Order: sequence, then C-alpha cells, then structure tokens
Amino acid sequence: MPDIPRLSRRAVTAVAVAGALLAAGCSAPGSNNTPSGQSAKKPSAISTDPASAGKLTLRVWDQEVRGGQNQEITRLNQQFEKKYPNVTIKRTAKSFSDLKTTLKLALSGNNPPDAVEVNQGYPDMVSFVKAGMLLPLDSYSSVYGWKDRYPPTLLNLNRVNADATKFGTGKLYGLSQMGEYVGVYYNKKNLSAAGITPPKTWSQFESDLAKVKAAGQIPIQFGNLDKFPAIHTFGVIQAQATGDQTVRDLVYGSGGAKWTADKTVAAAQTLQDWVKKGYFPPGVNGIGYDDSNKAFGQGKGAFLITGTWAAADLKGPMGSSLGLMVPPASTGGSPTTTGGESLAFGITSKSSHADVAAAYINFLTDAHAQDVILQAGNLPAVPGPSAVQLAGAPVNQEMVAGWKSVNQSDGLVPYLDYTTPTFYDTITAALQNLIGQKSTPQQFAEKLQADVDAFHNG
Amino acid sequence: MSRTETTPGSRNPQRDSSNGDVTRRYRRRSPGEPRAVGYLYALPAAVVFGLLILVPLGQSVFYSFFDWDGLSVATPAGLSNYTSLFTDPSLRAPFVHALVLLLFYALFPVLIGLLLAATMSRVKVHGLAFFRTVLFLPQVLAMVVVAVTWRWVYAPSGVLNEVLRRIGLGGLARAWLGDFNLALPAVGVAGTWVGFGLCMVLFIAGVQSIPRERYEAARLDGAGAFREFLAVTLPALRPQVAVAATLTIVAGLRNFDLIYLTTAGGPGNSTSVPAYEVYHRAFETGQVGAAAAIGVALTVLIFVLSVVVSRLIAGRDDR
Repeated sequence: MPDIPRLSRRAVTAVAVAGALLAAGCSAPGSNNTPSGQSAKKPSAISTDPASAGKLTLRVWDQEVRGGQNQEITRLNQQFEKKYPNVTIKRTAKSFSDLKTTLKLALSGNNPPDAVEVNQGYPDMVSFVKAGMLLPLDSYSSVYGWKDRYPPTLLNLNRVNADATKFGTGKLYGLSQMGEYVGVYYNKKNLSAAGITPPKTWSQFESDLAKVKAAGQIPIQFGNLDKFPAIHTFGVIQAQATGDQTVRDLVYGSGGAKWTADKTVAAAQTLQDWVKKGYFPPGVNGIGYDDSNKAFGQGKGAFLITGTWAAADLKGPMGSSLGLMVPPASTGGSPTTTGGESLAFGITSKSSHADVAAAYINFLTDAHAQDVILQAGNLPAVPGPSAVQLAGAPVNQEMVAGWKSVNQSDGLVPYLDYTTPTFYDTITAALQNLIGQKSTPQQFAEKLQADVDAFHNG
Repeated sequence: MSRTETTPGSRNPQRDSSNGDVTRRYRRRSPGEPRAVGYLYALPAAVVFGLLILVPLGQSVFYSFFDWDGLSVATPAGLSNYTSLFTDPSLRAPFVHALVLLLFYALFPVLIGLLLAATMSRVKVHGLAFFRTVLFLPQVLAMVVVAVTWRWVYAPSGVLNEVLRRIGLGGLARAWLGDFNLALPAVGVAGTWVGFGLCMVLFIAGVQSIPRERYEAARLDGAGAFREFLAVTLPALRPQVAVAATLTIVAGLRNFDLIYLTTAGGPGNSTSVPAYEVYHRAFETGQVGAAAAIGVALTVLIFVLSVVVSRLIAGRDDR
C-alpha cells in the first residue's frame, strides 16, 4: 500500500538535497559585473579604422529576419567586409521573440557576441545595463558625431541613467537603424464614397468618423484580441489630447506627471465613446490584429490606426486606394504620434573588439546605410534629403514624409508600455476593460497610476 | 517498490552487517528477484533524470526565494513570492482559471470519451476505424493550428456566429474570445475538443479487453444499456479512466500554448493561467523569482491533484 507516500517522501528528500546543495554551493543568483564592466574609453583612445585592427571575426546578433530588413543588413554586411577585408562578420539572425528570450543567456555567458540588437525598455536594455553587460557609447558618439546624426528624441530612447532605474536619459547604449510610427491609413475609395477628403485637423477627423458611420461603413477598422493594438490607438488619442511633452513625462516618469490628470482621463473617455458610437467594428476585443488589417486591406473600413510596419502588407491588395498620414494635429498643435525606432545595436562590455564593433554600428547607420535601408523598402531612422523621392510606392513616400514631419516638430512620443516593467500587462488589460465597458475612464486611469506608484515606491 | 522492500535480506540491517559477502548474499535469492545491482542499470537514466529534472527543479525552488531579474544580483525575498500567491489577486486568479479549465480539459474529455466508447461497445459501427481516426485527429494537430482555427471559429464574423445567425439565434452571436465571461469557457471548449480523442482511444482499447461473457451475463439478467454501462463497462475501465484523468489533468494544468495563442490571457486578465504567467514573468517582464514560485506551486498542485485523482478512481488495490 505505501507506494506513493514512500515515493513522494523520497522525491521530497531528493529535491531538498538538490536545493540544499545549490544553496550551499552558490550565493544569490545573478552576475556580479560592476556596471559598465569595461569602463568607457576616452575619445582620444578610440581607433576609428577597423583595417588597423588585424584579422578578426565580429560576432553580431540581430533580429532583421524579415524581407526588406534582411535585405538591407545582408547588403551592408557585405559592403563592410569588402571595405575591411580583415574583418569577418559572423551574423546570427533570430526572430524578435527568439532574440528576446535567448539574448539574456548569451549575454550572461563568458563569451557573448560583440554587437547585439537590444530591445528598448526595462526588461531588456535597462536590465542589461544594470547587470553591466552593455558598453556605454558616449565616447564613440562624440568621435563619430552621432548627436548630429540623430534627433534627440531618437537617441534618448537608447539612453539609460547611471543607476539603471530609468531610461530616456543618461548614457547612450545603442543606435537604431530604422524608424516606425503609428499612422492613420485610409481607404481613398471609401472616403470619397462617404463624401469626405482626408482630414486636416483632429476635430475634422472626429467629425469625419461620424459621417462615415452615417454612410453605413465602419469608420475605423480595429481588432484588439492580441491586446497590444489598443496601446497604439489610445496612444494616438492621448497624444492629441495632452500634447507630446505630457506623454513623454508620463512614460519616463519625470515632472510629477499623473496618469489620472484630466486630459488623459478625457482621452480614455474618447476611446470609450468611439466604441459606444460604433466607430469600431462590433466585438473589438475578439478580433485578431492580423484579421483586422486583412479586413481593411479587403476594403472594409475607412481608417486604420496602426504602425508603419503594416504598409508592406496593405500595399498589395489596396494599391492606389491606400493612403497614409500622420494623425492630424489638433488645431494649433503640431503633429504628434506614438512611435519609436528599431532595436538598438549595442556593444557588449565583454567584447574584445569594441572599436571595430563601434565602427560597424557607425557604418550601419550612416547616410549611405540609410539609403540602402530605404531602397530595401524600410523606413530609415534618419532619411536623407531626397529620401521621399527615392522611397518608391506612393504609400512609402507618404510614410517617409510623415516621419520627417513628426521628427521636425519633435512630435514623436514613446510607446506607453515603456512606463514600467509591468506596464504592458497593466495597460493592455486596462484597455480591454475600458473598451469592453468594464471600467470607467477614471478607473482606467487609476489602474495605470497605481502601477506607476508601485514601481517607484517598490 | 513495496515488493522490493519486503524481499528477505534487503531490509534487515543485522543480516547485512553479519553477512558482508555480497556474492553470497545474492546467491541466496531466487532468479528474477530484484537485486541491488539493478540500481546500477538504472544509474545512467537516474543521472540524466537528476541533471535535467531534479537539479532544475531544485534551482527553481532556490530562485523562488529571491527577487531576481535574471541578470543582475538577486535580493533575498524570503517567502514573499509565495505569500503573494495568496494575497495578490492577479496571481490568485490564474490558479482559479486553471481549476475552471480542468472541467473542460479533464472532466468533459473523460465523459465524452466514455460516452463514445460505451456507444461503440454496444453498437456495431461500420467503418469504426474511420470514425476513430477522425475523432482522434484533434489530438494529432499542432496546437498552433488548433489555436488559429478556433480563433477563426470564435471571431465576430466567424463560423460559430455565422451558424447562429443562420439558425435565427443571431442574438447570441458575439465576439466570444473578447467576452469577459465567456472567453474562458470558449478556450475550454477548444481544450475539450483537443483532449477527448485521447480518452476515447484509451477507453475503446479498454472496452475491447472486457470479456464478452460479462455483457452476455448482464443482458441475461435483463440489464439495459445504461445499467450495463454502469455494471460492466465503467468498473472494468477504472484503470483507463485513472490514466486518462491523470494525463488530462496534468496537460490541463500546465496548459500554456492554447491560452498564449488564442487570448494571451485576455480580455483583461480573464483567461490568464499559471503556466502562461510563468513564461510571461520569466521571459518578458524579468520577474524570475515570482515565476519560479508560480512554477513550484503549480508543480505541487499537479502532484497533489494527480495523486488524489488516481487514488480516488483507480482505488488502492485495483489489480
């Protein structure tokens, strides 16, 4: 009879022994690197010529596996190797989520890659900096003039402060190749069927939604089953309501900004009103993101609020009836929208070829590289003067022109889920509740503020 | 195990010490009796098991007492990761959801499997192999395929709603996976659909090994279909039911992919489950200690539930 009790007693003993051995053998888990392990070089000590570094292999991990992205990076790698025959680039390309889950392990090993693409935000870049795994790039920045290459908003996204408790400020830890922003796609045929032209101001946009609804069409195509899309929709509404600086203060936790302030609550009210007025398809929380994009591509819906990454898929089915604009600014305001940049190329602090890696990152982001990126159908982070003409298809031209106008007015606001390590969970759940009429705008705002308070006090 | 322990010589320390000669000790056994040397044969497997299962398990237990982001130095957290399992509603809810899902992942598949097996044991079905294959098919499909399919079935303009509208029940049509009350059962139904095939195959195999005479006897005694099922089929299937229940409970509690691929825990957090929280916290939000604590709690829960269930169903002296 006593089979199971005996077995379990043994199992418990085994586990206890294993645990005890581990506990005895090691102290608290985690690496003991001092932050910025290999301390930053002085600009004068930096070699900007990889040719003088001797024969070496540069190991790079990136996530540019999709069509146009793979194309540009392959081409740039070839050109770099041709320019510096002594350097061999050993590239490891993984999809975004694979990179996200394996990079931590790779970085905690003794022999990490030299250059890695790091996701911005607390769980990734900030915790890598905290563990001393990334090299600060400020000296390289001054040698190569990166401050003049990028607008401050884009560089700030790749900055982490000294005690690794905040980002958006502090030392620079990477450079991004490409930009992305949330725009308003529109279906020209459906707009003219409803008797309207693309709106020029935010209030015009809102009144257009009512007209489209009255014409019996879906005003905004939208699917939020996958949880993240509502961050973009709400982000756009909020940015118009509060202005760009308030959103930046909220996300980076500066200036005592509160999520419960009137204007953010009003933005939540707007989103909920749009649901009630039927500006979105019924059952938004049950429609997949890809399915909603596909529906828009098939001509269902007048507008679609989503990122520039969707342009490539919409272009095919919609052809010339597809248009893209930056969300129209509220009267008297400047254009602002949610957006960011691709993962940042950084250098690991254990790399023995830091100078070469920096030269490589410089090469990946200089004016020539931006042209290569553009020609492969992507949106370069800093498009050149004639980028719009070179962009090809009309929607790509609109995409580049929109990016330029947002950056000119410094109107880019960061993704809201950057706010705290747990904010993605909090805001996506809260937005689904808001859209599902399960909470009031005030309760929504309080949920968000509670998450922020817990993070800063905890 | 118990038989090993009661063989003469292995348990009596006096005899062991008085008789140090190993070869003589073994010679006394009859052939086929388990011997200590058997452990040697099990050693390679035991080493692999230890390295791949026990050590990581020990590590998880160890990590669960820390606040750790997976990279920088951890800070000891005492039992706080465990106490918050009870105090934090966002951690308690996933366990409640998992228990609700057990109805769909374990109870319903077993019931449906029993029903099908009982039917097939009574009625001569033409093309039995065909139906068995079709009904077993969901079990073979990759979970990604299952999840994507059910997302389409439940979509606002999906098959289910379309059917409801056609038969005049359009009022019931809704975004199933976006409904705060119905998303969990909706995912559960997908789980039932996946799970019942395995139960059915197990039970059919069991039914086929029941001697025909028992059925004849039952019929001679005037038992109807239902009575026959209760008196003959069900008791004979007890071991199979225990196996099926254990397998489906374990699979149901550690279910991750179906949730991850259909709702990602939404809408709100109304379909979050412990296994999803483990992944999410360990790999996405850098809360390794909390993730480890959930994992350990889940392990304990699975262990307890499967022991209890196999005890209850199989009985202690079933063979």
